[in-house]
Amino acid sequence: MSDLPRFNLPARVLHWSMAALILVMLLIGVAMVASLADYHVLVAVHRPLGLLILLLAVVRLANRWRHPPPTLPADLPAWQQRAAHASHVALYGLMLAMPLLGWAMLSAARDPVTLAGPFVLPPILPHSPLAYAWLRALHGVLAYALFCLVLAHLGAALLHALIRRDGVFASMAPWRRRRSATGLQADA
Amino acid sequence: MTLLHDLTGAPAGTTTRALCLRLSAIGAVLAASAGTFAYAGGWLSPGVLTPARLVDRFEQVNGPHPGFRRNHAKGLCVSGSFAADGTGARLSKASLFAPGRVTPVEGRVALAGGQPYAADAETTVRSLALRFRLPDGEEWRTGMNNIPVFPVRTPEAFYEQLLAARPDSATGKPDPERLAAFFAAHPESAKAAALIKVRTITSGFADSTYWGLNAFRFVAADGRATPVRWAVVPDKEPAPETTAQAARTDRNFLFDDLATQLRQRPLRWHLIATLGRPDDPVADATLPWPSDRESVDLGTLTLTGAEPEASGNCRDVNFDPLVLPDGIAPSNDPLLSARSAAYARSFTRRAGEEKSPSAVAATPARGADL
Ligand code: HEM
Ligand code: HEM
Repeated sequence: MSDLPRFNLPARVLHWSMAALILVMLLIGVAMVASLADYHVLVAVHRPLGLLILLLAVVRLANRWRHPPPTLPADLPAWQQRAAHASHVALYGLMLAMPLLGWAMLSAARDPVTLAGPFVLPPILPHSPLAYAWLRALHGVLAYALFCLVLAHLGAALLHALIRRDGVFASMAPWRRRRSATGLQADA
Repeated sequence: MTLLHDLTGAPAGTTTRALCLRLSAIGAVLAASAGTFAYAGGWLSPGVLTPARLVDRFEQVNGPHPGFRRNHAKGLCVSGSFAADGTGARLSKASLFAPGRVTPVEGRVALAGGQPYAADAETTVRSLALRFRLPDGEEWRTGMNNIPVFPVRTPEAFYEQLLAARPDSATGKPDPERLAAFFAAHPESAKAAALIKVRTITSGFADSTYWGLNAFRFVAADGRATPVRWAVVPDKEPAPETTAQAARTDRNFLFDDLATQLRQRPLRWHLIATLGRPDDPVADATLPWPSDRESVDLGTLTLTGAEPEASGNCRDVNFDPLVLPDGIAPSNDPLLSARSAAYARSFTRRAGEEKSPSAVAATPARGADL
């Protein structure tokens, strides 16, 4: 079995903090559009958290570019390698697209994109209700797509962790990898 | 080795039993995640009132009017400015209250109800919505009505009231029994309705007072918060409606009068904040505050022009009452978050729909007889 190095520390920190943030954002998103009583508080948290995700995604891509991630085990079937690659591209795409869509749709609606207190982001699109309607629908559809992708990602990660035990999960695990029966090496 | 081992890529040493257990554990984690998502999204509680169901109810009682607001559907855009007196600066750090500050304002006058082509009537609730554009992208949006209290305390009561007050198709009037049942279940609404009924109805939009009704908090630079309710009070001496006016058949006479008056001269209102005491109800818009509460004149609102609703101006703006500058904060009035949610839903629906021209034209066909 090939020896898999770990993702570097910034990559792991970013991965787990963003995982938590994205899950929370998805839950806040679906909860707020269904809530009368908590709508305002939830939207007020949704905007700055979403933009934080945008910022972290940019930092994360920069880190990934400078520190390429470990390769997948060679014995992983080719279709799974391709699926893993495609799903990661889609996850990064959505991490960037979701906040940009949120910002763009509020711009098109001419609603102030308030972060906190007096801090308001400038609009990034001209005022257009039709553009707002399309972007708002897309923000919703892509949010559901992101949730499905997160579920698939979680399922695959657990499959690696609990069943294949091939070091793929361990390469991103927040804790140090233990020496295991399958002969995995300690940190590369 | 089983097919399951092949599919999952499990090492040969894993027993089939262990493999099945682990697969079930993974399935359970995924199902729990999906379940949490469904729970948060309200799919597991179909009986709860949501913004979408509330807006559906407006559509149900008014019929479909694509492109129009689901409430306050008939309107006219107005514009002008707000000149601060400086008296508000000690109460709120919002920059528009700084002494001498002049803030551009866009707005919309409208009649309550979801019928964009209804004929103007004196007793229909009139509204004024304003959008103050502060520096650095901040805005203050507010929607106000010419009634002294709001008819319901909660969004759930509004939802019930819409159906109870729906005009019967045969008589054109609400079913008295249904209405009585609503008021019996909501004594606070019965009291509010009595106050609304005895209000003085003035001759038009120009001499109406518009009340914000919901309580908010003004937050000063030192962090002190004061409960407030605001109103814009006309400079123009209010004139009661005349019998000649009452007899007018012009379907848009209220809007046409305002457009004509604004072409002749600017119209002014004072923005008055009433300061609440600690015990005053902030979470119940059906209750007036005692009449001896201190009020502060924050400045002068001057409207200088009117324009018909069209692309780009007030039609495509959501006068969400919780678009607030730093220095004005919501109270815990349950109507506020509900309004924000329902207006967003109404705005999202109408934004994507084909638009028809407003019933109210740019220039009244005939000069209104003033
Ligand atoms: C990773 C980032 C984000 C995620 C995962 C996310 C997720 C969601 C979800 C799940 C919904 C509900 C969709 C529906 O059921 O139709 C939603 C709605 C919304 N999001 Fe986001 N969002 C993100 C970023 C943002 C940002 C940055 C903004 C604004 C700056 C924003 C503004 C909104 C607004 C205004 C709504 C709709 C509220 C309404 O229709 O009343 N989102 N979002
Ligand atoms: C839960 C209670 C309420 C609900 C569900 C509700 C619902 C609505 C809806 C759906 C609209 C159309 C929004 C749009 O498409 O832009 C609207 C407009 C409006 N509402 Fe309410 N409303 C409520 C309470 C109030 C209160 C308390 C006031 C007065 C203080 C008020 C004043 C207005 C005004 C002035 C407009 C017109 C704004 C404009 O011209 O764009 N509403 N309302």
